[in-house]
Amino acid sequence: MQHLRKAYPRSFYVPAGLVYLVIFFVPTGLAFYYAFTRWTLFESQWIGLDNFRQFFREEALLKSLRNTLVYAVITSGSKVVIGMGLAVLVTSRIRLKGTVRAMIFFPVIVSTVAVGLTFSVLMHPTDGLYNRVLAAVGVDGPHWLTDVNLAIFSVALVDIWKGLGLAMVIYIAGIMSIPRDLYEAVAVDGGGWWQQFRYITLPLSQPATFTVILFSFVGGLRSFELIWTMTGGGPGFASDVIASTIYKQYQAGFYGLATAGNVILFVLVTALVVPMTRYFARREIRR
Amino acid sequence: MRQLRTYWLDAVAIVACLLVFVVPFAFIVLTASKSAEEAKEWELSLPEEWRFWSNLREVLSFDDGLVMLAMRNSFILTICSVALIVVFGAMVGFTLDRRRDRVASVASGMIMMGLIIPPAVVPTIYTLQQLQLFKTLPGLILVEVAFGLPYAIILFRAFSATIPRELDEAAMIDGCSGFRLFFKVIFPLLRPVIITVIITSSITIYNDFTNPLYFLPGRDNATAQLTLFNFRSQFISQWNLLFMDALIITIPPLIMFLFFNRKIVDGMAGAVKG
Repeated sequence: MQHLRKAYPRSFYVPAGLVYLVIFFVPTGLAFYYAFTRWTLFESQWIGLDNFRQFFREEALLKSLRNTLVYAVITSGSKVVIGMGLAVLVTSRIRLKGTVRAMIFFPVIVSTVAVGLTFSVLMHPTDGLYNRVLAAVGVDGPHWLTDVNLAIFSVALVDIWKGLGLAMVIYIAGIMSIPRDLYEAVAVDGGGWWQQFRYITLPLSQPATFTVILFSFVGGLRSFELIWTMTGGGPGFASDVIASTIYKQYQAGFYGLATAGNVILFVLVTALVVPMTRYFARREIRR
Repeated sequence: MRQLRTYWLDAVAIVACLLVFVVPFAFIVLTASKSAEEAKEWELSLPEEWRFWSNLREVLSFDDGLVMLAMRNSFILTICSVALIVVFGAMVGFTLDRRRDRVASVASGMIMMGLIIPPAVVPTIYTLQQLQLFKTLPGLILVEVAFGLPYAIILFRAFSATIPRELDEAAMIDGCSGFRLFFKVIFPLLRPVIITVIITSSITIYNDFTNPLYFLPGRDNATAQLTLFNFRSQFISQWNLLFMDALIITIPPLIMFLFFNRKIVDGMAGAVKG
C-alpha cells in the first residue's frame, strides 16, 4: 500500500479531474436544477415542471423528440449493415483494398460544416446536381431537403455517407482478427461464400457490430452539426432534433427551456444506451 | 473467364466509389476554381477559365484577412487542447491501470458518463461566465479538454496495461519518485498511443463546430469552421468564394490524411473499441 502511494500518486488525477469536474460534471448537475426554472443567466425563478410540460405539449418540440429517435436508429442501423458489407468486400478483394478504403474513409475526417454545405447544394430540388442527373434520365427527383416528410431522411443519408468509413474500418479490424483456418475448415466441408459469411464472419465480428452500434447510436442521438448546416431544422421544424431545438431555445433566450431539452436528451441517451452497453457486455463475456 | 469477371467487379466497385465519394469533393474543388458567374450554375464541369489563385487571394483578404485569423485561432485551440489532453489523459490512464481500487472504479464510471452524456449547454456557459472564461479562447480550450479527456483516458489505460510493472518496480528501487517514474520512464513508452490520441483528437477539435458556436461567439474569435458557416449568409451568389473557403479549411485534415492514412485508420478503429 505504501508502495502504491509512492509509485502511483493519486495527485495524478487532479489536473484532469479538476477540468472535467468543473467544465463537465458541475454544469451537468446544475442542469437538473435550472431545467425547472425560468432562467436569464442572472436570476432564476422556480417554475416546477412547466418547461417539461411545454416540451411535451408543443408540436414542434415533440417532433424533434421523434426525429432524434428516427435519425439515430436509421443512421446506426445503416452504418452497421453497409459498413459490414463494404468491409467484407474490401477484405476479400486485395487489389482494391487501399484505394477503396481511402476513398470511403476520407469523409470521416472532413469537417461536417463543409460536408453539409456541399450536400445542401448538391441536393437542391431544381438546380442541384443530383436532381439534374435524374432529370436527364427522365426521373422527377425528390425535393431532398425542402420536402417536409423527406428532409430528415436526406440529412440522415449524408450522415451515413460521412460516417460509413469509420464503421467500415472497425469491421475490417474485426474481420482481420478472425483466424483464416476457420474459413478453410468451412471450405473443406464444401461451404461456399455464403456459408463462410453466415457461420464465420457474421458471428465472429459481433464485437465490431456492438462497437459500431454504440458509437453511431450515441452520435445519432446527439447529432446537431449536420442538421444545423443542411436544413437548420427546416422546412419549418420538420427536421429538428433535440439538439437543434436546444440551440433555437438558447438563441431565443429561453435558457430554462433549453436546459430542460438538455435534461430530456440526457435521460433519453442514458435510458437507451446504458441497458444497451450492459447487454453487449454480458454477451461478450458469455462468448 | 473467371479472371475477367473479377476485374469487372473491381471496376464496378471503383466507379461506384468515385461517383459516391469523390464527386462531392470534385464539386468543391471545381466550384472553388470558377468565376462567380459560372460557379452560380452549380454544375459539375471544368471552369471555362481557372480562377483558383485569384479566388484564393480574394477569400484570404476578405474582411481584413478573417480567414487567416480564424485559421490561427483554430490552430491555437487545437494545439493547446491536444497538448493538455495528452498530458492529463496519460497521467490518469496510467494511474487508473496501476491502482485498481474503489477510487479507480468510481473514476471509470465517471469517464463512461463523459463518453455518452451530451453536455448541458447553457449551464456550461453559466459556469464559464462565473470563471470569467466565457467567449475566451482559454475557456473553449478547457471545454475541448473536458469533452476530449474520457476517450483519451480509455486509450491510455488500455495501453498502460501492456507496459510491465517490473519496469515500475525497477525504477522505484533506483529511487525514482512517482513523478519521475511517470515522466522519465513511462511517458516515452506511451509513444504509439500518444500519436493516436494526437491525430484523432486534433482532427476532432479542429473540425468542431458546435462548441465554438456556443462558447466562443464573435468575429475576432471565429474558428475556421465558423467562418464557413458565417460566410454562407455573407457570400450570397459568390459560391466560388464559399467553396474556396470550404477547400481551405479542409486542407489541414487532408494533409494529416495523406501523411498518416494508416495511423488514422488504425487509431480510429482501435480507439472506438477502447
